[in-house]
Amino acid sequence: MPELGRAALVVCFGLASYAVVAGFAGAHLRRRRLALSAQNALVAAFVSVAVAAGVLLAALVRSDFSFTYVSSFTSRDLPLTYKITALWGGQEGSLLLWLLVLTGYGAAAVLLDRKAGRELVAWVVPVLGIVAAFFSLLVVFVASPFKTQLAPDDGLGLNTSLQSPYMQAHPPMLYLGYVGLTVPFAFAMGALLSGRTDERWIVATRRWTLAAWMFLGIGQLLGAKWAYEEVGWGGYYAWDPVENAALMPWLAATAFLHSVMVQEKKGMLKIWNMLLVVLAFSLSLFGTFLTRSGVLNSIHSFTEGSIGPWFLGFICFVVAGSLLLVFRRLPLLRSRTKLESLASREATFLYNNLLLVALCLTILWGVTYPLLKEALTGESVTVGRPWYDFFLRAFGLPLLLLMGIGPLVAWRRASVRSLARTFLWPVALALVAGGSLIAAGAGSSIPGLIAYTFSAFVAATIVLEFARGTAARRALSREPIPVALAQLVARNRRRYGGYVVHGAIVLLAIGIAGSSAYDTSRSARLAPGQALKLRDYTLVYRGLRSTQAQNATETRATIDVYRGGDRIATMHPGKNSYPVEQQVSNEVAIRSDWLTGEDLFLITEQVNRNGTIDFKAIINPLVNLIWLAGIVFLLGSLVALWPDAREERRLAVRYGRLPQEA
Amino acid sequence: MLTAALVLGALLAIAAVVFVARPLLRGGADEALETPDEAEQRRLALAEERDRALAALKELEFDHRTGKVSDDDYRVLVGELRRAAANALRALDPGTPEGDVRDRP
Repeated sequence: MPELGRAALVVCFGLASYAVVAGFAGAHLRRRRLALSAQNALVAAFVSVAVAAGVLLAALVRSDFSFTYVSSFTSRDLPLTYKITALWGGQEGSLLLWLLVLTGYGAAAVLLDRKAGRELVAWVVPVLGIVAAFFSLLVVFVASPFKTQLAPDDGLGLNTSLQSPYMQAHPPMLYLGYVGLTVPFAFAMGALLSGRTDERWIVATRRWTLAAWMFLGIGQLLGAKWAYEEVGWGGYYAWDPVENAALMPWLAATAFLHSVMVQEKKGMLKIWNMLLVVLAFSLSLFGTFLTRSGVLNSIHSFTEGSIGPWFLGFICFVVAGSLLLVFRRLPLLRSRTKLESLASREATFLYNNLLLVALCLTILWGVTYPLLKEALTGESVTVGRPWYDFFLRAFGLPLLLLMGIGPLVAWRRASVRSLARTFLWPVALALVAGGSLIAAGAGSSIPGLIAYTFSAFVAATIVLEFARGTAARRALSREPIPVALAQLVARNRRRYGGYVVHGAIVLLAIGIAGSSAYDTSRSARLAPGQALKLRDYTLVYRGLRSTQAQNATETRATIDVYRGGDRIATMHPGKNSYPVEQQVSNEVAIRSDWLTGEDLFLITEQVNRNGTIDFKAIINPLVNLIWLAGIVFLLGSLVALWPDAREERRLAVRYGRLPQEA
Repeated sequence: MLTAALVLGALLAIAAVVFVARPLLRGGADEALETPDEAEQRRLALAEERDRALAALKELEFDHRTGKVSDDDYRVLVGELRRAAANALRALDPGTPEGDVRDRP
């Protein structure tokens, strides 16, 4: 039923356009019913897109190759789960998913945040409508997922690198993150348009921003895991422009989540926060543009499309429009308070923001410079790993250190004496950790050593924060330790959820430093019976075998792994050959040691006709801490996201929805 | 199939139009959007100020208890914050006596 899909998208485009016109008119003329009607249009747009997505999903599941999209990205033999996930395997489907998530977020945000004030929400609706109208215009007129053709016997199949469980979750997570950043952007613009630049827009979008940031973070970690297991070069992040495209809005949103606390606590940084929201949203659009326009020759750029100029035009419109609006409202955004001391919590947040934005803009320049150079001179250049690694160390290591310093410094100002007291134990523990690492021979990589020492400092800070907080609570309440700890977290969810996230970043830093600074590898051509020695491992190649799977021929080498004379595992790295897609994929074998966090990573780089293999083995120390960091990150984010009834009540009193308690 | 799809599409469009038009079809004149007047905006700004000052006081107490703020610093800062909170409370409700700030959560 492609006609139903098409009709649903046309209806969505009409509704989104109506939401823009009626929304602006309703807000400007202060007509309540017109504003409500625009709000309903946004909700109805979501239902329309859901119908369109349902039609495409049904066609994918039924292998209805009369849909050009279905035949381009699936085949009859493709397992059902990949038929479903082919929804975001191509450009048109991805844009449809973007629109579905956007209208879903938009409808939920305006319905759930009505209490933020009808006047503010009335201005938010047309802003959301503009973004929805743009994406629905793309899927109706430029990149329709409902183009039809005379059905061929079979489809072209799904790109083999997308046939991975991680790829089933990675793109939707990223989209939930990218698109989620539309909500704080729309509320920020709504606040500027209405001239109500008080904290209501921040209060209304706090959880949406946190959720979008969480999804973006988890999406990137899933992408890293996918790259590690599927792409098969032994790493997990290659500073690919499309990977960077997801990292940049995450960094901007991280900066915003910190600086917004300064606005809430001190009433400062209002202009800066507006600019960060604009930056994060523009970068999320830019990320989608990079992934979907075909402008990049990247492993992620699965398409050569015609949407590039549209996207560039829209990004320019968003950036210019929002900056103009911020500029016009500057008098309303000026803060009356000033930074009292350079040694205060708010100052550390400011330093953290400067470093995060500097890192973000450095990456942005690394991504855009080759594009600009090629567009202007026709010359092709690449900004490679050394550029990014240098700036990651230059900005990332001080950021790691600040993560430990921030929680130890009081708001407003801190005296040297109190700083000396609070820093004593974390600094001592960090120095002991650094010294022990040098003694253990980890001094071969200076950045690695610094990262470990700073990580020890941050870890000590986090543990001390929980311990001191629990002790302070117990001194008043006499509660048992677990109860006091639980109450401490429950009453300060954002703070302690944030500390758990800091713990995740420490694990991430240790994992990245360990696996990138201390990894070892060896390559060799092996005949059956021959062995390769790597550190304390002996890897013996036994032979090859081939099996036929549903849509691929799987060739696997058998490798016996010995350590200390004992056979500890048999591993099977190999290759899959996909006849329909006419592609060959690398299927690595990984043995994880969860006690040490280390991976033994085997790659069959080439299978030769005479039965020999070109084989590579890598030891990635501590790499599993990166995946563990993902779980801790999720946990911390959920703690911070969890609703706080006391906070809700306080806000209800502030905004006059509840009377002040006597 | 084509007819069914077109009928379903038309039904979707009609349902959307009805849903969107519903607020406009209610009887009576359109009400104005509630927009806070200057006094309400001032009240809101003061309420934010009050909450900020009270939260800062609470934070300071906690930081003092956990040893992050020394006794000397605490004595200086607590006075400033109590004055700020009292000013915000008085501005919100001119009848509020100064001592009330200490008892707020």
